[in-house]
Amino acid sequence: MNRLLISAAVLAMAIATPAAFAAAPKQGGAATITFNNDLTTLDPQVGYDWQNWSVIKSIFDGLMDYKPGTTELEPDLAESYTVSDDGLAYTFKLRDGVKFHNGRAMTSADVKYSFDRAVNPATQSPGGGYFGMIAGYDEVAGGKATSLSGIETPDDKTVVFKLSRPDATFLHLMAINFGYIVPKEEVEKAGADWGKKPVGTGAFKFVEWTPGQNIKLERNKDYFRPGVPYLDNVTFEFGQDPTVAVLRLKKGEVDIVGDGLPPAQFTEVMADPANKDLIAVGDQLHTGYVTMNVTQPPFDNLKVRQAVNMAINKDRIVRLINNRAVPATQALPPAMPGYNTANKGYAYDPEGAKKLLAEAGVGEISTELYAMNVDPNPRIAQSIQQDLAAVGINAEIRSLAQAEVISAGGAGKAPMIWSGGMAWIADFPDPANFYYGILGCSGAVEGGWNWSKYCNKELDARAGNADAMVKDDQLAERIEQWKAVFDDVLKDAPWAPVFNEQRFTYHSARLGGDPALFTDPIHIPVNYDYIFAKDAQ
Amino acid sequence: MLGYLARRLAASVLILLGVSVVTFGLTYIIPADPVAMIAGRNSTPAVREQIRHQLGLDRPLPERYANYLGRLVQGDLGRSYARKSDVGPLIASRLPPTLLLMLAAIVAELLIGLPAGIYAASRRGRLGDKIAMTLSFASVSTPHFVLGLTLLYLFAYLLSWLPLGGYGSFSHLILPALTLGLAGGGWYSRMMRSSMIEVLRNDYIRTARAKGMPEWRVILKHGLRNAFLPIIAMIGLDVGIFMSGVVVVENVFGWPGIGQLMWQAIQSLDIPIIMGVTTVAACFIVLGNLIADMIAPLIDPRIRLR
Repeated sequence: MNRLLISAAVLAMAIATPAAFAAAPKQGGAATITFNNDLTTLDPQVGYDWQNWSVIKSIFDGLMDYKPGTTELEPDLAESYTVSDDGLAYTFKLRDGVKFHNGRAMTSADVKYSFDRAVNPATQSPGGGYFGMIAGYDEVAGGKATSLSGIETPDDKTVVFKLSRPDATFLHLMAINFGYIVPKEEVEKAGADWGKKPVGTGAFKFVEWTPGQNIKLERNKDYFRPGVPYLDNVTFEFGQDPTVAVLRLKKGEVDIVGDGLPPAQFTEVMADPANKDLIAVGDQLHTGYVTMNVTQPPFDNLKVRQAVNMAINKDRIVRLINNRAVPATQALPPAMPGYNTANKGYAYDPEGAKKLLAEAGVGEISTELYAMNVDPNPRIAQSIQQDLAAVGINAEIRSLAQAEVISAGGAGKAPMIWSGGMAWIADFPDPANFYYGILGCSGAVEGGWNWSKYCNKELDARAGNADAMVKDDQLAERIEQWKAVFDDVLKDAPWAPVFNEQRFTYHSARLGGDPALFTDPIHIPVNYDYIFAKDAQ
Repeated sequence: MLGYLARRLAASVLILLGVSVVTFGLTYIIPADPVAMIAGRNSTPAVREQIRHQLGLDRPLPERYANYLGRLVQGDLGRSYARKSDVGPLIASRLPPTLLLMLAAIVAELLIGLPAGIYAASRRGRLGDKIAMTLSFASVSTPHFVLGLTLLYLFAYLLSWLPLGGYGSFSHLILPALTLGLAGGGWYSRMMRSSMIEVLRNDYIRTARAKGMPEWRVILKHGLRNAFLPIIAMIGLDVGIFMSGVVVVENVFGWPGIGQLMWQAIQSLDIPIIMGVTTVAACFIVLGNLIADMIAPLIDPRIRLR
């Protein structure tokens, strides 16, 4: 080893050491994130798009949360919790010293109020349905009561949730935005403007919102986790076309392109060696799939559905989107617990597909493939169309607005749908979240999101059994059962899974933090609470 | 004049009523259910029914329209599905940037279009005319977003003369106004050219030339005033064209106006905002045309409003 190399190695260690061994980054500095669309709302019980999802996470907290950059649950506003033996009662002890941004201490009454609010139909929450296992849900959701009988507050620091059925996903739901804790007096004071004046307990405090232009947050000095967050100020700028935002980032005007890299610039930005450390790549809890309506010919025939699975050239589609995804083998994405690495799915085999179709004896197939009309989805649909044509299935493409595709799917009018642009990105990292709404019987109703209309009662029962396993020592067994459920779903082939998207977050050299924070599977797109400014170090 | 104004106003109300029927009808025809979007993918049919009821979507169509119209005449544009806040104030907060941009764009297109048209008319058939008309053809044919992104790349990214989109200062205004102005200026130069050529054929122009008046004075003093009339009417119509143009341009430049609001509302099927913006835009178009008609006699005394 020559001297230059040695000194380079020493230098590298000198640089690496503080980052690796330092207790925590210093606080200070600021970051600017761009989005094309202005946020719709910062009401945690209402906000449900991917721009406001993580902004809400920075302003509010739930009883539970995930370790930053991971899918591992831990108590957050709760200090600890206990589960009854029958799995029907969860008792949370609240953490001391948690204050709302208006200075008031958070209590158990706020917890109860927030869940009542999420379920009350007057709130029009898109996530209220998640809390169906809490006792008294039906009365509140049905408009007969305004308070969930299943939530008790024996004292200021204790909340007891009584459930109508054991449900292993319950703790995940305590970490979802819809279950975040809001202060009643502020909600009532703001009225219709509550979504524009959020007051939470979170790492960042809301400062101001200039419609169509920006939202400003500042560090919450009273945040209950000492030393967090690291940034003093976070600004979200809106109306920024991602193409323009990339140019602004290159000029050092902004720090994160919130919408991700636009397809047209992807190759160029990735190829630039200067960007090597500025692009974080991570898995995302996403699967892109083609649904086939199993209630109608020809897709009521299992062999036809399997043939479609074998006909689609997933590798080519992945190349079509500049390798921003990996080919999917099954419904669950690789980062999701319950993903079966042993299951290789249906291999690309057009000859085999033709044989299956011949066996099915359905003759010439003419069908329709619905897709959202925003790039790259029409291109992907065309690629699928070609693959299907090669095995003798004529699929006409119906390229429509998102809401129209969703409506056609919900009404059961679409024989095939390419899910891109509307696809299922998990709300919480648990296999159950990939089942009930999109593959289970409860979603296979008019207006539901199970566009295959696939309803397998036996699998539904097995899924229910798995979710009744709430004990810590049943965790592994439960995941095994879910694995088996999804393996059997794949055999029935209501979907053709196509790819699992990966996330590429482009950020400025000013910002530091583990790449996992920039592609956080929960705080989508970025975990603003734990990234830091290098110029403040 | 007052009688004319009263009749025109009455007609405007009828037009707006027609607009309200059409917008209401269109949102009904859209084959998409806003309730499914609001209630989310985990909702039960019971919750969806509840929300449908709250929004009044379970009532018969004529009743829904009557309710809508009843609120509209009181100035209530309804409540946004996605934002859960009132549409009226939402649009009001977005109007000033849009009006500013439109005003700047009208100034820009007149500054570009009129001189180009006058120049081309005075060089009719010569090289200068051909170059000017080719350029105007190019600017009219280029889509707004292509022109906008090209200007951004050149003047904001490569040359760093102007900011890369956004809102707040005069320098932010230049590129979006120029984008709309170049496209509109192309039209105006063609209008102005043919209008001017027409005027320059008149006897009084020949008289002016015959008495030895310099050519530039002939064109500016006698020609321009007469050739300007069709342009006035065009500006009134332009308000409508701009209302569609701003949707694209505001999105390219991050301009926080009603075009941007509209674009996002369409994406999320936020029907109250879509209807609200359409109604407000229709009001401006009607108003724009009315004002153009009122101004015409001030410029040309031969026009009488009856």
